[in-house]
Amino acid sequence: MSDSHAVATTADAVHHEHPSYQRHHFVSMEQQNETVSFGMWLFLLTEIMFFGGLFTAYLIYRNWYYPAFVAASHTLNIVEGTANTGVLITSSFTMAMGVWCAETKRHKGLVWSLIATLILGLGFLGIKADEYHEKYVLHHIPGTSFSAQAFVHPSEEALKAGEKPIAPDMAAKTEVYFSLYFAMTGMHALHMIIGIVLLSGMLVKAWRGGYMNGHIAFVENFGLYWHFVDIVWIFLFPLLYLISRHQ
Amino acid sequence: MSTIVSLPDQATARIPKRNYITNENGILSWLLTGDHKRIAMLYLISITFFFFIGGALAGLIRLELLTPQSDLMAADTYNKVFTMHGVVMIFLFLVPSVPATLGNFLIPIMIGAKDLAFPKINLLSWYLYLAGGAMTLTAMITGGVDTGWTFTTPMSTHFSNTNVITTGLAIFIAGFSSIFTGLNFIVTIHRMRAPGMTWFKLPLFCWAHYAASILMVLGTPVLAITLVLVVLERTIGIGVFDPTKGGDPILFQHLFWFYSHPAVYIMILPGMGVISEVISTFARKRVFGYTAVAFSSVAIAVFGFFVWAHHMFIMGVSNYAVLVFSLLTMLVAVPSAIKIFNWAFTLYKGSITFETPMLYAFGFMGLFTIGGLTGVFLGSSGTDIHLTETYFIVAHFHFVMVGGMLMAFLSGVHFWWPKMTGRMYPEKISQLAAVVTFIGFNFTFFPQFLLGMLGMPRRYAAYPPEFQVLNVFSTAGASILGVGYLLPMIYLIWSLKYGEVAGNNPWQATGLEWQIQSPPLTENFTTIPVVTQDVYDYEWLERQKEHEVTHVG
Amino acid sequence: MGLSPVLWQFLVKWMTNFAIIPPEASRIAPQVDALLVFMTLVSLVGLVLVGLLVTAFSILYRRERNPVATQIEGSTLLEATWTIIPLGLFLVMFVWGSVLYFRIYTPPPNAMNIYVVGKQWMWKAEHPGGQHEINSLHVPTGQPIQLTLISQDVFHSFSIPAFRVKREAIPGRYTTVWFEATQVGTYHLFCTQYCGTQHSGMIGEVDVMTPDDYKKWLASSTSGVSLAQNGERLFASLSCNACHSGQPDARGPSLADVYGSKLTLSSGQPVLVDEAYLRQAILNPSAHITQGYAPIMPTYQGQISEEGLISLVEYIKNLSSNYRVQQTLNTSTLLPEQPDKATAKGAATQGVSKP
Repeated sequence: MSDSHAVATTADAVHHEHPSYQRHHFVSMEQQNETVSFGMWLFLLTEIMFFGGLFTAYLIYRNWYYPAFVAASHTLNIVEGTANTGVLITSSFTMAMGVWCAETKRHKGLVWSLIATLILGLGFLGIKADEYHEKYVLHHIPGTSFSAQAFVHPSEEALKAGEKPIAPDMAAKTEVYFSLYFAMTGMHALHMIIGIVLLSGMLVKAWRGGYMNGHIAFVENFGLYWHFVDIVWIFLFPLLYLISRHQ
Repeated sequence: MSTIVSLPDQATARIPKRNYITNENGILSWLLTGDHKRIAMLYLISITFFFFIGGALAGLIRLELLTPQSDLMAADTYNKVFTMHGVVMIFLFLVPSVPATLGNFLIPIMIGAKDLAFPKINLLSWYLYLAGGAMTLTAMITGGVDTGWTFTTPMSTHFSNTNVITTGLAIFIAGFSSIFTGLNFIVTIHRMRAPGMTWFKLPLFCWAHYAASILMVLGTPVLAITLVLVVLERTIGIGVFDPTKGGDPILFQHLFWFYSHPAVYIMILPGMGVISEVISTFARKRVFGYTAVAFSSVAIAVFGFFVWAHHMFIMGVSNYAVLVFSLLTMLVAVPSAIKIFNWAFTLYKGSITFETPMLYAFGFMGLFTIGGLTGVFLGSSGTDIHLTETYFIVAHFHFVMVGGMLMAFLSGVHFWWPKMTGRMYPEKISQLAAVVTFIGFNFTFFPQFLLGMLGMPRRYAAYPPEFQVLNVFSTAGASILGVGYLLPMIYLIWSLKYGEVAGNNPWQATGLEWQIQSPPLTENFTTIPVVTQDVYDYEWLERQKEHEVTHVG
Repeated sequence: MGLSPVLWQFLVKWMTNFAIIPPEASRIAPQVDALLVFMTLVSLVGLVLVGLLVTAFSILYRRERNPVATQIEGSTLLEATWTIIPLGLFLVMFVWGSVLYFRIYTPPPNAMNIYVVGKQWMWKAEHPGGQHEINSLHVPTGQPIQLTLISQDVFHSFSIPAFRVKREAIPGRYTTVWFEATQVGTYHLFCTQYCGTQHSGMIGEVDVMTPDDYKKWLASSTSGVSLAQNGERLFASLSCNACHSGQPDARGPSLADVYGSKLTLSSGQPVLVDEAYLRQAILNPSAHITQGYAPIMPTYQGQISEEGLISLVEYIKNLSSNYRVQQTLNTSTLLPEQPDKATAKGAATQGVSKP
């Protein structure tokens, strides 16, 4: 970034012909695209700070209540969690394909890539919903219905799987774990939902022939956002699901 | 007194027919505008509205404190009044004040651009601000909040019976307004400078806003997530801050102050940017030590992220943590001192006049110096023990925020009023208002330093009788201060119709905004300027006057 | 301190009489005031300097007198000067203030302990001899006193301006502060952390008395049961002695002499057993299992108030014969002229046989 000089050059200072989708306050498409991209990266930085608060709380409480975190983490469905990780990584791949298709003006490729990303995104949310339902059934949702009894007196199959009973006061701390679990995955899911809504709009426009004229900033920057949401999950998955799992 | 004001011949001068105000008509053209200047004006009206609400609440506080007993209103009501005063003044007035009005209006013009990078996000920012403000008002009207603006847990999560959730969500929304404004400024300054406008030709106003924007963008999200956690704790009892469930209320303090300390620099840095412009113009001189002042702004922003726990010295954090934070607090105080001296030396061998913006700037320099130095009293951990949580703190932050920031805001509003409206404000009455404000301010807040030294706690509706004399002084000062703030409301509105026509450059200032018409065109420039002159280049200005063009556009 | 003691006393008296600072009633107060005076002087000098510069330049270089400004870039020397000098002064204040901070929050080993529980909206002080006070605190002169604070609900802050000390009372953990009162009299006690409706009403008085008067007060205010005795009662009624019986084959470790000792937890981590540890061990036992013992202790979270916890902590502290306990325990015999009475554990009995 050659920022010690101004971005607009003297040549741009003179008003000249520009594409219809260039906004009037920009002197060139190059400036517009770079600006929009910069803005998206900066926005993603704010998102890192946003999730950062939750990660800080997680780090502190995991340090204080490690046995509770281990036991609570083992109640998460590792199959569904891994599936979700695969789903999201694949969706990032299909999204990257979509960006490439837009750049190379492949209309069908773009549409199919976006459809695939959308389906995978919805799939992620579906699996998540199933996980949340399971948590509800097991009384792991923090609040009045929360119960740590299953940690104090583990079931037969839990004991066979290697779980040990933990003392009631430490078991009570699993509520802290689940609070963070729901806050972190809930925030993440909210960002997924926002992304899916935007993706749907983009898909409709692509279906109708959009993004084939070189003005693909929206697709590229949405791609950045989608990859970011994926990366957040890549951090959440090991921190929440994989605490001291040996098998 | 001599003046540098240079107005066109009032008999023939007219406001230019085509400008950003007359460009389109109709309420929708304002409510759906992308023009940074119109958005700035919308913000100006909104924050003035909230300022007067916050001010009315302040009046109620001072009235209650006239007597030692809690006799004007119920204790709960008083608690709500000071909470709302803090929330409204900080989040709905101080944080957006200079950036959202003057910053929005001027930054594109100062760098030679036609608008901010993201005009629609700019408009969204205003609507988010309004939504946050409306929710806050709703919370106020439907019962108020009484947790203090600091939302200390477990008071806010388990013990308060008031509208904590509504207010928390309101600030959450208003926070996004701040984030988007900062994002817009950073991207704009990086990517949209005109040819020849290098970083070190940027006016210091832009540097200050750049630094404040970094803070807005990186700090506000942490407040957002903290408020979310408070709301979740209050609604479903997740336990993250509840010691009986294994949570830690001190965690809330760390998360809250991680934003709220940078927030104070978000509030003051743009004001410092105004002061740089005003002092330069009214001394007819380049700011002394331009590079030092520019880097000091960035240094304040960076260091500002590392001092938050100085709000927690007595809360049981480890002594060694206190050592680190106290040291860093001393370091963050230094760049502000550097700026004050640089501004003072800008006056050296200058050619000084004392129009209203300059009077406010002088007021800023004195009052911010006092406020900043008393911050050092608090940054030193041993004395902080005695002074914290007393009226000393209240006095300290009012000196920097009201004596500093608000004076800078008024200085800027008066300075750029002719540019934004095309009309001059009436000079004599405005100088009077500045002096009245300065006197009223000192009467109001200086006694509070003494009250704090004596140990009077903050947020008290009733107090031991021996504190009454100083409190009466303070309330008396507040009534004078109120007059000082009401006067500009009146004469500035008056000037919209009856003020003298200003012309392009009534102050004979440098800066790209003064080389275009007043009020500016919607597109600011008909052609993007190519910048060859230096910043604060008064010699270039002299040469320009020799080939003066009388109208633009 | 460069100022002569006479001049200093005069300055303090003048400032106190004109109500700029509270009376200096503790040993640390003059030290804090010395730093405050230094800071005020530095601030005055700084303010006057800035004021003079601005005023002088405004007069010398006003437009009528100097119609053409001289453009000056800057001066590295000046920048260095006004960076280094303020930094130096601030660092002096940092070091001085940090020393004071460590002094105020590091109690001497012979400090007498008083527990203070803050709750909406009152302060309850518990003296080890069983004296209870609400919104007041009686202390003798010449004796270091440590306050162990905790809140039962929200954050409060215990402030004695005349002593220049203040400490937050937090729910969930103990905080401490100490002072030594030097001047007989009555001084304000405030809650300075906003805590709800009656925050302004959570005030009281610190009554500093001569040691003789203090003895008399102790004798007349005792509830008959010291904190440790109350703790012994609770220890039995909560069935703590079922496991902590002190027998060699007991399910729980013996608690005699445990206070002040270094314990190894089952995780291998060493800890110092202080009041905070004891409180945590009662409320969150599974994170505080002594090495060699099974994690079977139930939690008492929610079953015992902060006052009850304080009594238990005091009881456990007394299950030993260390010096500190005697000072705390024998509040009626803390005068130097009666050292032999300090050996009699009048106020505490041991309900557990030592192993």
